Amino acid sequence: MTMSVTQQVITIAMVVLGTMLTRFLPFILFPAGKTTPDYIRYLGRVLPTAVLGLLVIYCLKDVTFLSGTYGIPEMVGVASVVLIHFWKKNMLLSIASGTVVYMVMIQVVF
Amino acid sequence: MTDRNHITAALRSAFPLTIPIMAGFIFLGIAYGIYMNSLGFHPIYPILMSLVIYSGSMEFLAATLLLATFNPLYALVLTIMVNARHIFYGISMLEKYKGMGKKKFYLIYGLSDEAFSINSTADIPRHIDRGWFMFFVTMLNHGYWVVGSIIGAYFGAFIPFNTEGLEFVLTALFVVILMDNWMKEKNHRSAGIGLCCSVICLVIFGGDLFIIPTMFAILAVLTILRKPHEKVEVSTV
Repeated sequence: MTMSVTQQVITIAMVVLGTMLTRFLPFILFPAGKTTPDYIRYLGRVLPTAVLGLLVIYCLKDVTFLSGTYGIPEMVGVASVVLIHFWKKNMLLSIASGTVVYMVMIQVVF
Repeated sequence: MTDRNHITAALRSAFPLTIPIMAGFIFLGIAYGIYMNSLGFHPIYPILMSLVIYSGSMEFLAATLLLATFNPLYALVLTIMVNARHIFYGISMLEKYKGMGKKKFYLIYGLSDEAFSINSTADIPRHIDRGWFMFFVTMLNHGYWVVGSIIGAYFGAFIPFNTEGLEFVLTALFVVILMDNWMKEKNHRSAGIGLCCSVICLVIFGGDLFIIPTMFAILAVLTILRKPHEKVEVSTV
């Protein structure tokens, strides 16, 4: 390590500061005591589902479809989750099943 | 006594929803603890960093920052870029986190991907206190992450079974929550916009850079669609 402990603490503090900035910023700009602008309230209504879509793609962003496993374990895993959830409507069951399917494929099949 | 039962009920209601996150976070926390060990850090580092940074991808990056030349401004800017998507979480939770009292600060502090996905979509039973429910979702998630890091930092070498692929549990969680919302909503536009903008930007910009362009794209499309959306909503009411 090239850093002194003080420098390490400062670096970690910067990471904390950056993280908290992204999390607290909306609440600082639009405090609870004031009326939130209509546009922001509109975003508050429509963003959650859009962001969930972003999160799913974010989780799959490192999948390579043109080499290696060709993304097959991921696609089969996601398909398992979707099918079982559609069929059984049980959150824990579909998540556990999809994960087990994925783990088996990644550890045994490929 | 009534107040205590109140809080206990919220905890019991929140816990089941966090079980997938427990599996994912303890595993990832362990991986993080092991990783920090392999870089030569004392166990106290991953534990404290899990406690105060509480941003998985950024904690892994912070490890490489600590091994590089001292550059605090770079650390700050990198963190903001990596965690930019959290701004959208905050905007989404503005209304939901109102009226929470002091708990609000911890709720904002712990607004991770997972806390956001559950707190923004959960159907909280009427008799359950919303504030305590969301507080426990946030706190349980945070706790799993720290516990995982502790296990990894001290006992990582002794895990008896192959855990490769377990991180998929978090992907599965987001898929399930997205599906629930899809089936609940009449209008699937937001989900479609999120998915399409993400895929397009991923293809164009690559995995390391696509988040911020995606955020701008989602904002632009939702803004353009706002008026028709609003009219539909008004006429429905």
